[in-house]
Amino acid sequence: MSIIEALQFDFFQHALAAGLLASILCGVIGSLVVVNRLVFLAGGVAHAAYGGVGLAVILGLPILPVTSCFAVFAAMIMAMVTLKVRERADTVIGVIWAAGMAFGVVLLDLAPGYNVDLMSYLFGSIMAVATGDLWLMGILSAAVPLVVLVFYRGLSAMSFDEDFARARGVPVNALYYLLIGMVALCVVTLIRVAGLILVIAMLTIPPFIAERRARSLGRMMIASTLLGAMFCLAGLWLAFRFDLTSGAAIIAVSSVTFFLSLAIPQRSEN
Amino acid sequence: MNSSDHAVEISGLTLTLGGTTILEDIDLTVEHGDYLAVLGANGGGKSTLLKVMLGLLKPDSGSVRILGMPPGEAGGRIGYLPQYTHVSASFPITVVEAVRMGLVSPGRGMLGITKCREETKRAMGALERVGMDRHARKRVSDLSGGQKQRVFIARALVSDPQLLLLDEPTASVDPQNRVHLFDLLLELNKNMTVIMVSHDISAVAHGVKSVACVNRTLHFHPAPAITGPMVRMSYGGDEDCCPIELVTHGDIPHRVLGKHDQDQE
Repeated sequence: MSIIEALQFDFFQHALAAGLLASILCGVIGSLVVVNRLVFLAGGVAHAAYGGVGLAVILGLPILPVTSCFAVFAAMIMAMVTLKVRERADTVIGVIWAAGMAFGVVLLDLAPGYNVDLMSYLFGSIMAVATGDLWLMGILSAAVPLVVLVFYRGLSAMSFDEDFARARGVPVNALYYLLIGMVALCVVTLIRVAGLILVIAMLTIPPFIAERRARSLGRMMIASTLLGAMFCLAGLWLAFRFDLTSGAAIIAVSSVTFFLSLAIPQRSEN
Repeated sequence: MNSSDHAVEISGLTLTLGGTTILEDIDLTVEHGDYLAVLGANGGGKSTLLKVMLGLLKPDSGSVRILGMPPGEAGGRIGYLPQYTHVSASFPITVVEAVRMGLVSPGRGMLGITKCREETKRAMGALERVGMDRHARKRVSDLSGGQKQRVFIARALVSDPQLLLLDEPTASVDPQNRVHLFDLLLELNKNMTVIMVSHDISAVAHGVKSVACVNRTLHFHPAPAITGPMVRMSYGGDEDCCPIELVTHGDIPHRVLGKHDQDQE
């Protein structure tokens, strides 16, 4: 079966759409995550969010809204700690990271009958995306870049030089909470589709490759989005052609490109 | 209130952070047009004092007036150069855009992505003043340490401030460019008040008009002389073990190591 034939299947169309929407979200948010050195925090939110899954299951509530609230709440605690006691922030994030995940696992153990598969949380199932999830991703992929566009100058000033931005009177704390909130929402939404591991990879690898050559934060976001889309397309094709796990195939393509880009000498575009 | 008698008026300032007294009962008056070096050992409270002046930290007691206003309200009339290490080294930004960051302001000023021609013109003007206009289109991360500091000084200048606050401007700058940087600051001092925080006593040899030593308390010296007590207060130790070196102008850079009562240029 060729790729053209595959494209006629709903599941493959959905996988492609999900990959492209994820590329947009990860390109924009991932760039901000990388330049603000929030990768550890994003990882912490992604893992802690599993506590929300457990909570939703044991209370019999819909999973996505509960998990989103839980993740945003955990993220706000992390953001607060980062702003107040910077030198201990990584430790506290590590604690919330582990606690949230353990909380989720224990609650799911206690939940009668029903069990969410931890593996699907980690690796996702981009080949089995529901239409509802696609809509949700679509809305986020429109809203997040819009918010970033509106606060672009403030966000760049904060990311470039926080002290200077504060001295100019830029409301750095408010922007920081806004950014962390967006990170949490994106991470939770993307995990359902792509799985935790792929989300971390897509948040970090394309922006890192883009950062070394881009001449502005905006261009870094655009380049990351394009790179992410390329990785998704190539990974999905490989997964389809050789019957591989889709998320792992996308990450494999990304990582290989990442190491290749390190080998190519750095020169900024002119 | 537009004019004020002094650029900086601080009295009875005390500040504690996490139970430790960082600054205690500080009085400091800086005249307009002064060029003040704030010296002291690392961790002595120099940068903290600067952050109080900027309104980034609130003192526990005492009064602070900057250009006749409470700290944090003189906004665009203060140019600020933060400590070098706090700037993201790999951030994707061109030199001219980095300087434009000096015009970012709260409210509408932080919205949008507009490429305002007027702002770019001002940024280019500031770059010319620090001699970096040739590099305007380069990426900041491609510059040397000294060039970066010049760009960040341009960013501090772009809002046409009356008061320039510099936190360790010569850190990460090699000795050759350090002298050029001091020359630039001296030139800028013709038009504005300059306050420079440094742990590098050699700054005193480069046109500074007055010196303040901070080590929890503050001692003000209206003339740029290095005294024994000053060194001891800044660095501890006794007069026999001198931790400083003095660099002065000359055809060949020459170093004088030794007594603290020695004359200097």
